[in-house]
Amino acid sequence: MKVDQIAVFLENKSGRLAAITKALSDNNINIRALSVADTADFGILRLIVDDTDKATRVLKEEGFTVGKAVVIAVEVADRPGGLAKVLAVLHEAGLNVEYMYAFVEKSSENAVLIFRFDDPDMAITILQNAGIRILTGEEVRSI
Amino acid sequence: MIWNEEFESMPREQLEILQLRRLKDLVERVYYRVKPYREKMDEIGMKPEHIKSLADLQKLPFTTKDFLRDNYPFGLFTLPLDQVVRVHASSGTTGKPTVVGYTRRDIETWAEVMARALACGGVHRGDVVHNAYGYGLFTGGLGAHYGAEKLGATVIPISGGQTKRQIMIMQDFGSNVLLSTPSYALNIAETMEDMGVDTSKLSLRVGIFGAEPWSENMREEVEKKLGLQAIDIYGLSEIIGPGVSMECIEAQHGMHIFEDHFMPEIIDPDTGQVLPMGEAGELVFTTLTKQAFPLIRYRTKDITRLITEPCVCGRTFVRMEKITGRTDDMLIIRGVNVFPTQVEHVLMGIEGVEPHYQIIVNREGSMDTMEVQVEVSEQLFSDEVKNLEKLSKRIQTEIKDLIGSTCKITLVEPKTIQRSEGKAKRVIDNRKI
Repeated sequence: MKVDQIAVFLENKSGRLAAITKALSDNNINIRALSVADTADFGILRLIVDDTDKATRVLKEEGFTVGKAVVIAVEVADRPGGLAKVLAVLHEAGLNVEYMYAFVEKSSENAVLIFRFDDPDMAITILQNAGIRILTGEEVRSI
Repeated sequence: MIWNEEFESMPREQLEILQLRRLKDLVERVYYRVKPYREKMDEIGMKPEHIKSLADLQKLPFTTKDFLRDNYPFGLFTLPLDQVVRVHASSGTTGKPTVVGYTRRDIETWAEVMARALACGGVHRGDVVHNAYGYGLFTGGLGAHYGAEKLGATVIPISGGQTKRQIMIMQDFGSNVLLSTPSYALNIAETMEDMGVDTSKLSLRVGIFGAEPWSENMREEVEKKLGLQAIDIYGLSEIIGPGVSMECIEAQHGMHIFEDHFMPEIIDPDTGQVLPMGEAGELVFTTLTKQAFPLIRYRTKDITRLITEPCVCGRTFVRMEKITGRTDDMLIIRGVNVFPTQVEHVLMGIEGVEPHYQIIVNREGSMDTMEVQVEVSEQLFSDEVKNLEKLSKRIQTEIKDLIGSTCKITLVEPKTIQRSEGKAKRVIDNRKI
């Protein structure tokens, strides 16, 4: 039920994101989902890829600081209110979202929401009890 | 105006007789009262009675900041604390400050040399002196204060900060003389511009600027912006504080050292040899009259040269040129001494911080800014922004607590700070001084 995400530290200078994507492409690693958090001074790139271990190794070899985190992927219908329903459940349960991002599946009517929680196990229980579909790592990687 | 003509214009031969008498007395006091000094002299077989001429000073060992630190806080005082009426301190290399003490007579001596310095810079009785040097452990504020009072000026003990309020007071009280660091003077000037203050309506006539290195260009700029004559003052807390030497308003060419109290030498910083007169090297001072905390051959680490040609102002004291550099990596940022090792000390105290950092100093407008670049190791890294921001805030706070100055923390990718094979290049100083 948990998905591995890698995070990469981005210094605030030009070309850093390009260097990362080039390293991944050179090693035939496919990016499934991506988001960048940026501040005035630095950025954090978050990635879900088809081969987490290989991507981690490749990026470390290139000198990047790479971290791993566990996120949860939720599938909702790609129509108005899809995200709102999930957030209402989380809010009611008093669960805090550290950050989230979303993408739309290309071959279906669904959207995928990626959530980072402080307590992923608790989040899984709550989401499942509310009847929300949680994707496995395998499912996300093969989207 | 010469404040104390008898001493400041004393014929050189007579001055040297006075210096020798004071030197003999100093060495005797230090030898018999301060064990660490006695041990250093015994090691090389020197006794107080071996001082027979001023040249014999060269036979005595140097005193360094390390020696002061080893005897922290009061180990080098020649007198018990019941005779010490004041202490001041300046920042040291590892977090422990350098402590200096004053007897009642030392405070009087300090007021005397500072009064001379102000008079030398064209300040006189009746002037309204706006003293924006910091009051506190730093010697700047109180040192200048006592001198200005002794001179008979009207002192506004405003200290640093709250610039807009300072400007209001300057306008309302009719300040004639501004005492501050040169960078703060420029900050005041820029704040005045922002506030739309017409500087030609101010009463400022003279600015006495010191406590940090500054250039001739900066002098021109601050003179133009504030409509005053900018004069250079030199001092360091170990020797007494401000008032060790002072530029005269007549010549504005080098700072007269008050040699009846402070005896200068210029040495080769590598060999320790005294250099021929006029050559540039490290400035070394011996305090001839100080009681509580005298120093023999103290290495200031400041680089300058001495000028012996007679001066138009009538003072017979030698002059020292503007400080052109340092023999160590000490930085002076907004009047505060900063050693890269202090920053290192903070960083090494935080788990996961790599021993790779760089300090970048810039001058933005008139203010010196310090940026510390820290490499983000895997151990420090987090996928959450708030954790990284917490980390940089923590480093910033700990540095501020230690050195008293705010700096910007920049997190950088690993291995991006240049590695060196010999001495690491810890500091990039982009200030044009």
